[in-house]
Amino acid sequence: MPEHTSKHYEQQLRLLKDKLLLMSHQAEQMIADAMRALSERRPSLAEEVISRDDTLDQLEVEIDTLCYQILALEQPVASDLRFIATALKIVRDIERIGDTAVNIAERARELIQEPELKKLIALPIMAEAAQRILKESLDAFVNSDADLAQKVVNEDDTVDDLYEQIFRELLTYMLEDTRNISRALKLIFIAKNLERVGDHSANIGEMVVFMVRGQDIRHGTRVDRR
Amino acid sequence: MGDQVKISVNRANFFYGMQQALQDVTIRIRPCFVTALIGPSGCGKSTFLRALNRMNDLIPGTRLEGRVELDGEDVYSSSMDVIQLRRRVGMIFQRSNPFPMSIYENVAYGPRVNGLTKKRPELDIIVEKTLRSAALWDEVKDRLARSAMSLSGGQQQRLCIARALAVEPEVLLMDEPASALDPISTAKIEELIYELKRAYTIVIVTHNMQQAARVSDETGFFLNGRLVEFAETRKLFTAPAKRETEDYITGRFG
Repeated sequence: MPEHTSKHYEQQLRLLKDKLLLMSHQAEQMIADAMRALSERRPSLAEEVISRDDTLDQLEVEIDTLCYQILALEQPVASDLRFIATALKIVRDIERIGDTAVNIAERARELIQEPELKKLIALPIMAEAAQRILKESLDAFVNSDADLAQKVVNEDDTVDDLYEQIFRELLTYMLEDTRNISRALKLIFIAKNLERVGDHSANIGEMVVFMVRGQDIRHGTRVDRR
Repeated sequence: MGDQVKISVNRANFFYGMQQALQDVTIRIRPCFVTALIGPSGCGKSTFLRALNRMNDLIPGTRLEGRVELDGEDVYSSSMDVIQLRRRVGMIFQRSNPFPMSIYENVAYGPRVNGLTKKRPELDIIVEKTLRSAALWDEVKDRLARSAMSLSGGQQQRLCIARALAVEPEVLLMDEPASALDPISTAKIEELIYELKRAYTIVIVTHNMQQAARVSDETGFFLNGRLVEFAETRKLFTAPAKRETEDYITGRFG
């Protein structure tokens, strides 16, 4: 797409995109590190993830402010308007992804204090799936790739299925021995957070489809924006 | 309203001498809609507007091919009474151009020369009614005998709208009606346009895209004499179908 004639406007939109990229990269990294803290049993890494949340919150505020500024001063329309609307919505999803990373890190910090309940097999697979669709949703945003975004929305089901599977498995551990309950619950909690990462990624995917095509695909509707 | 059409233009080509200003323009303008025409200078939007009530006839060496219909009637047929056409299809210009006479006479002039009525009580009613329709009555009712030139720019423009309404038109063509006005007067004109579309079909040419977005139901984007895109305004400004429209309205001027 050619550049805006107004250099200042072009620059503001670039700045917004850069901030979103920075923020999404950090959220992605936080999820990866939180899972690493658990699997490699590194409490210091868990602490670090928790401390990084402030930066993410800070970026959310900056991005919101910039969006309001552009709306008020430049009155964006068409693809620019859809880009700003998308930014305002996905910034919230990215911030929540950061929160889930913090939750995972907190549970990891507790789990590390105790012996391992079992060898983790399904959970790393689920973490990988959640991180993959998160990455894809953000790539779709960066590259304005509606097809990839659509794929993310569909793939969220895989993550949901993996959650069900992990839940059932850990339930049997709890039924077997009540001493397992505390650790199993924490693992379920982590799985639930990964499942949320999938949901947020799907939200981002839906917004990217809207941004690129001007089509609202949320809630199973496929209404053409009239 | 359904799919009713007030003005239908079919494959219009327009020439200033050798130079072609409109290329194959086809458009349906719906009754009691506000239709906005946008596009860069020289894109043909004003030429198109002026073709609708044959204002271009006044320029020597011009020629229109294709068909323009008002309520299904051929506007360019030899049997068309052009004076009558311009009464039915009124025009408001960028620079307000009140006659150098009283406020009252500015409005009463049209009905009088058009033979609508010459009786003072009936003219009084028309003057009040149209000044009210133009949202000007409350501001001028105590000084109808004063010169129209004593009014502010925004008031003069609303007076010109009242003057156009006084001859009971069906369509109002507006060429940049608010571009010389301050934001408050502009807002009043825009509010007036919104009110007027209950009874009139309005076609407005504007360089102010936000204005087009605010006041119109449908928008046409012209470029180099072609109608690139014609769509519902809310569609055109949120998700235009054509790349050229997208580039223009988002400010990517090649």
